[in-house]
Amino acid sequence: MAIVYQKSAGLSDKELHYCSGCHHGIIQKLVAEVMEELGLLDEAIGVSPVGCSTFTYNYFTCDMQQAAHGRAPAVATGIKRTHPNQAVFTYQGDGDLASIGAAEIVHTAMRGEKFTTIFVNNAIYGMTGGQMAPTTLIGQKSTTCKGGRTVEQAGMPMRVAELLSTLDGCVYAERVCVTDIANINKAKRAIRKAFEKQMNNDGFTFIEVLSTCPTNWGMTPVKASEWLKENMAAYYPLGVVKDSNIF
Amino acid sequence: MTAKVTFNSDRCKGCELCTTVCPKYIVVIDKTVTNCKGYHPAMVTDITQCIACASCAKICPDSIITVEKF
Amino acid sequence: MEKELRKGNEAMAEAAIRAGCDCFFGYPITPQSEIPEYMSSHLPAAGGEFVQSESEIAAINMVYGAAGAGMRAMTSSSSPGISLKQEGITYLAGAELPAVIINCMRGGPGLGTIQPAQGDYYQATRGGGNGDYRTVVLAPSNVQEAADFVQEAFDIADLYRNPVMVLADGLIGQMMEPIEWHPVKKRGLPPKDWAAGGRKGRAHTNIINSLFIDPEACNNHNDHLTEKYAEMGQNEVRWDEKDCKDADLIITAYGTPARIALTAIENLRAEGIKVGLFRPITLWPFPEKALHALAEQDHVKVILDVEMSATGQMLDDVRLAVDGQKPVRYLGRAGGTIPTAEEMAEFAKKALKEVD
Repeated sequence: MAIVYQKSAGLSDKELHYCSGCHHGIIQKLVAEVMEELGLLDEAIGVSPVGCSTFTYNYFTCDMQQAAHGRAPAVATGIKRTHPNQAVFTYQGDGDLASIGAAEIVHTAMRGEKFTTIFVNNAIYGMTGGQMAPTTLIGQKSTTCKGGRTVEQAGMPMRVAELLSTLDGCVYAERVCVTDIANINKAKRAIRKAFEKQMNNDGFTFIEVLSTCPTNWGMTPVKASEWLKENMAAYYPLGVVKDSNIF
Repeated sequence: MTAKVTFNSDRCKGCELCTTVCPKYIVVIDKTVTNCKGYHPAMVTDITQCIACASCAKICPDSIITVEKF
Repeated sequence: MEKELRKGNEAMAEAAIRAGCDCFFGYPITPQSEIPEYMSSHLPAAGGEFVQSESEIAAINMVYGAAGAGMRAMTSSSSPGISLKQEGITYLAGAELPAVIINCMRGGPGLGTIQPAQGDYYQATRGGGNGDYRTVVLAPSNVQEAADFVQEAFDIADLYRNPVMVLADGLIGQMMEPIEWHPVKKRGLPPKDWAAGGRKGRAHTNIINSLFIDPEACNNHNDHLTEKYAEMGQNEVRWDEKDCKDADLIITAYGTPARIALTAIENLRAEGIKVGLFRPITLWPFPEKALHALAEQDHVKVILDVEMSATGQMLDDVRLAVDGQKPVRYLGRAGGTIPTAEEMAEFAKKALKEVD
């Protein structure tokens, strides 16, 4: 009997608390698989955010630190600067990274901090019950824009991968999704490349993963994946946003 | 080639994502079973059709599927 | 031992390096910018890491990450910047991380002024962040103590897995005095086997975390912290008494006013007026028992608390310790001004007249 696929050794035994069909589970296992395959697990240190993925510190089998809301890139800076040869990553949602943590992630990219950020963009605030995010689409409804987001009230949504790519220290930025096998494969390759560039000391690497929130979008997981492909991918283009050498 | 697909059904949340990626359309939700969480877990209808591509396992957010072949 | 002429801020920075500080993260703000400036060149030269962060908030979180990974980490700021760090400090306390935080106090509230003040006592000793936590707060009153206390702060932090604050004021940060480098008294420090710095073959993962979402678990964690703080309260309390044995009036003061009070006392004693100084060195744990015992003495008629604070903040702790035994008077100078020895002496005489 040959094992074709089993749960990664980078994932702990703890049951995931995420909603049915939430993409966090898929994204986290890709990160776990990449770290396992690259032999990074034993020395890796991850930083979890505040949001639905707060409990990420329970789900990986590497050392983890729980950070204050938005501050994961600063926490990771403190870790990576003092542990330069070990893989360090942050895993953050759209409120954590693009709202309260905007300064931290921009300066991380400016300084070219040599860690990897996995940015889960589901265009809404999940954990707190569905409020508007910086990445919520125009017309998309949330509990703090009940009639749908308008430009007048909240401006246009933020394309973070493009924003960070204007900074030289961000050497690699790609936007992916995990709605189907082809995209899952692309996402895993992107995450792998991000970690490889980190371990090569190239600079800051950033993977933005478009993701669903079935619960707060008010859809089934399958419908949510369809909505993502039809609506989010149009505004947040999938693909490599930046790929440069050492800065 | 014989394939073996194991579901850790107690942890299945019935999200149905696995049912959308099987190229042989043999992964379905078993509406006759309710697991301890109250979900209808996923299952394979006809294992003889399985090509062990592991697409179901790859997309499962809860990593409950193990695929083997021999 | 050879003396060196050192500016307070630079003495504190050098003290940290000598104490084995691995990394410093900070942001410029008057009157402590010399600390990050000194660290930016001297710490890397000593093998450490320096980052000028984008804000004080980022700096305290960088400290969190490095401390969580087992390093000796420090940050510094002044009052408005320390306000920004409150979230980070409560996270450090909740996650039980050792760290050293220097506050060179300046006038407030808000942007205030760049001149020295003592308006952050509440913030430092009551825990300015959310939740029930404490940090040991060491209050130097001259550059020598500033250097000594920063060195010790790292050991205290490591011993208890807790943030420690060195609460100086802008005067101490900016003035230059001759100092000697004192060795730090040895404490048996436990190994940092709790640190999340990479498993490296360890059987289990280490997680640095202040979230205990189950209320029972959170309560248990708080019980544990409370026990720890009780231990710190027992073992770390420090104060100094001068000329208190026969004093009619006791001045309570810390930091710069305490130093000025020494002159006031000298002058008053020369006039035959018996005044002493009770100087808390740890503001938390506050030397409550010692001050209470002193206030009990028959010869003590009145307590005069002197602070560079408009409303008085240590005043609360003084009143609590004195516990109504004797009247407590207050002399405050805020807005960045400093009480003079003459003012203190005049006020002391007035206070004594009132109780006669």
